[in-house]
Amino acid sequence: MPPTAPPVNPANQNQDLLTKDTILLTTVEDFVNWCRRSSVWPLTFGLACCAIEMMAVGATKFDIDRFGSGPFRGTPRQADLMIVAGTVTHKMAPRVKRLYDQMAEPKYVIAMGACTIGGGPYWKYGYHVVKGVDLVIPVDVHVVGCPPRPEALLEGVFKIQDLMKREKLLDRLRTYHKRETYKGAGNAAMPAPGTPGR
Amino acid sequence: MTRAEAHAAILAKFPDAIVRDGREGKEAGDPYLVVKAERLHDVVKWMKEDPGMRFEVLQCLSGVDYGKDLASVYHLDSWTNKVTVCLRVELPREKPEVASITDLYGAADWHEREAYDLLGITYTGHPKLVRILCAEDWVGYPLRKDYVFPKEYHGIKNDL
Amino acid sequence: MSPELQSPPLAQPRAPGDVRTEEMLLNIGPQHPSTHGVFRVVVQTDGEIVLDSEPHIGYLHRCFEKIAESVDYLKVTPYTDRLDYLASMCNNLGYCLTVEKLMGLQIPRRATRLRMIVAELNRVASHLLAFGTYGMDSGAITPFLHAFRDREAILKLFEIICGQRLNYNYVRIGGLAEDAPPRWLDQVAAFVDFFEPKIDEYDALLSYNGIFIKRAANIGVLPAATAISWGCTGPVLRGSGVRRDIRKDEPYLEYDKVEFDVPIGRGEVGTLGDCWDRYMVRVREMREACKIVRQVLKDVPEGPVMAPEAKKVLRPPKGEVYYRIENPRGELGFYVVSDGKDKAVRIKCRSPAFCNLSVLREIAHGCMLADMIMIIGSIDFVMGEVDR
Repeated sequence: MPPTAPPVNPANQNQDLLTKDTILLTTVEDFVNWCRRSSVWPLTFGLACCAIEMMAVGATKFDIDRFGSGPFRGTPRQADLMIVAGTVTHKMAPRVKRLYDQMAEPKYVIAMGACTIGGGPYWKYGYHVVKGVDLVIPVDVHVVGCPPRPEALLEGVFKIQDLMKREKLLDRLRTYHKRETYKGAGNAAMPAPGTPGR
Repeated sequence: MTRAEAHAAILAKFPDAIVRDGREGKEAGDPYLVVKAERLHDVVKWMKEDPGMRFEVLQCLSGVDYGKDLASVYHLDSWTNKVTVCLRVELPREKPEVASITDLYGAADWHEREAYDLLGITYTGHPKLVRILCAEDWVGYPLRKDYVFPKEYHGIKNDL
Repeated sequence: MSPELQSPPLAQPRAPGDVRTEEMLLNIGPQHPSTHGVFRVVVQTDGEIVLDSEPHIGYLHRCFEKIAESVDYLKVTPYTDRLDYLASMCNNLGYCLTVEKLMGLQIPRRATRLRMIVAELNRVASHLLAFGTYGMDSGAITPFLHAFRDREAILKLFEIICGQRLNYNYVRIGGLAEDAPPRWLDQVAAFVDFFEPKIDEYDALLSYNGIFIKRAANIGVLPAATAISWGCTGPVLRGSGVRRDIRKDEPYLEYDKVEFDVPIGRGEVGTLGDCWDRYMVRVREMREACKIVRQVLKDVPEGPVMAPEAKKVLRPPKGEVYYRIENPRGELGFYVVSDGKDKAVRIKCRSPAFCNLSVLREIAHGCMLADMIMIIGSIDFVMGEVDR
């Protein structure tokens, strides 16, 4: 005859749960931040060489899914994190800005690679290269390298998760403030909606 | 067919269109033919359509700034005869203009747009000669030797 | 209905059942998961039929040619890495061979053989990525994971000889940056043994998969005459049944001393020159690359890897030269004009993907909108090389 569980006294049920550590007490803010940093959805946004390393991060060996940041989204409206992977040119800069604007708050940006951080090898003679994506959109984490190793990008994602940990639920000023400071640059280059050819 | 034979055939057919032949003096590298700008289209058309020549591929089209003059350089390939010929058209810096060969080779389309974009060479008869690499409202022709780098572009600073 | 409200008469292919719909302009890119970089194409559609498409490039124009004439000859090599960043070794090789031809440099034989090995390994790595992402474009995620697993093994080999995973700067003017470490050749041999059976796995996984064939066969047919006129080369041209390979037709390095086939499209599952043919040429080229590596490994002599004449500052003689090699994407040509100084007057890169991509408008005419992605994927371009 199989052993049967001892009958539970309904009066003691809640007490049992508490004593068995099945209930955790936390603040709403910590809980939300935990949820947020456990499922970071990056935007599929490859520009140049670094994009190949970004793909490697998503693929077999490095496997970003292990760290709760798996699904690369095709649209900015579903993404939390923009990894600017590659050289930003003057022709591309308004697009980067528009994609950033389309992302929902709170949003985070990783500048991946030397070109994105400050022009990289194209600093001196690259007339068509933006000398750092900071000139167009605010950046949270810079990942150095040309291109950075996938491990380096993973470390960048961890840094973003650390930022998310410290996020204040009722204080969205951080992102708004950043946006205000970056209002000027890039806006002039935005093509008017519906303009063909730009 | 060797390159020298191809050159000889072109020279025999168009004695008036060729300015000079080959590398002068002791230059290294490949020989080339310098063609008059107004006759280029005829020469290329004949090279493509003549059954003895059959240059069916436009391998490369480059604009060059030699400092004094501009030039449009054509590398034409005959896969049948296994030979490559280099034609060069020298153009004055003030008014660089040469006939387009897009009607002969599809490949010329983007190549000519690129030379227009970077060096400002006008290809007359091109169906849509607009900038291809730089942004459409870009100022100047970047690959010219006297090009001045822009200080800023649409509010984004370039000289930090 | 007033005349200006009527849609213009269409002389174009119709949707099945002749359903008249309104024409629409649709913008794909520059940020699109399936455009392989920052490529933008404006498509004019009638319902789901593509009537016209206009590619827009230049979103990654990184001024390679201006930089190349502003820095020394030696310093151009790292920038060639970043042209076609999936086949950096081949780009280095193309540029170095061009300058070496202009200078008349003789390369030590060990360097020549090692160059062949790295170029072929890089061809495999590049085709693996094309294979993986093409699977993704057609909706299959698994091939991508398999391809990256095996690609990592090649990147590991490259890391051992030059310390980088991409952008190697390993092939230099006059030879190689460094000699291969001891036992590296054994590791290459082990990799080829490991990798060759995997290609059968890929065939089973994707190439002969019924769904994939339905998606790729008879789509985006490129006739050979069009391909030649538009200057297509590499797998795009060979997929249309033209047997043209620089390694065979104008051998460089020691390609005339090794045995290999040039796979061409045969129209096995559909029309000659369709997406499947172009895709299959790449898969078969991986086999041939393995074959070449095996043969080269048999005879790698000891000795120096750098020509003694190659100095720190190069001053090639006055003149101009055009030279080309077979890149994974087609014929990569460099046109170098020198005036005898330490900087070039002009370095033009004739990139294969630039020409291959220009034919897109011709192929995509009349296809379905969903097939557009398959066609873009089958051309397998790298925007770094298209925009330079």
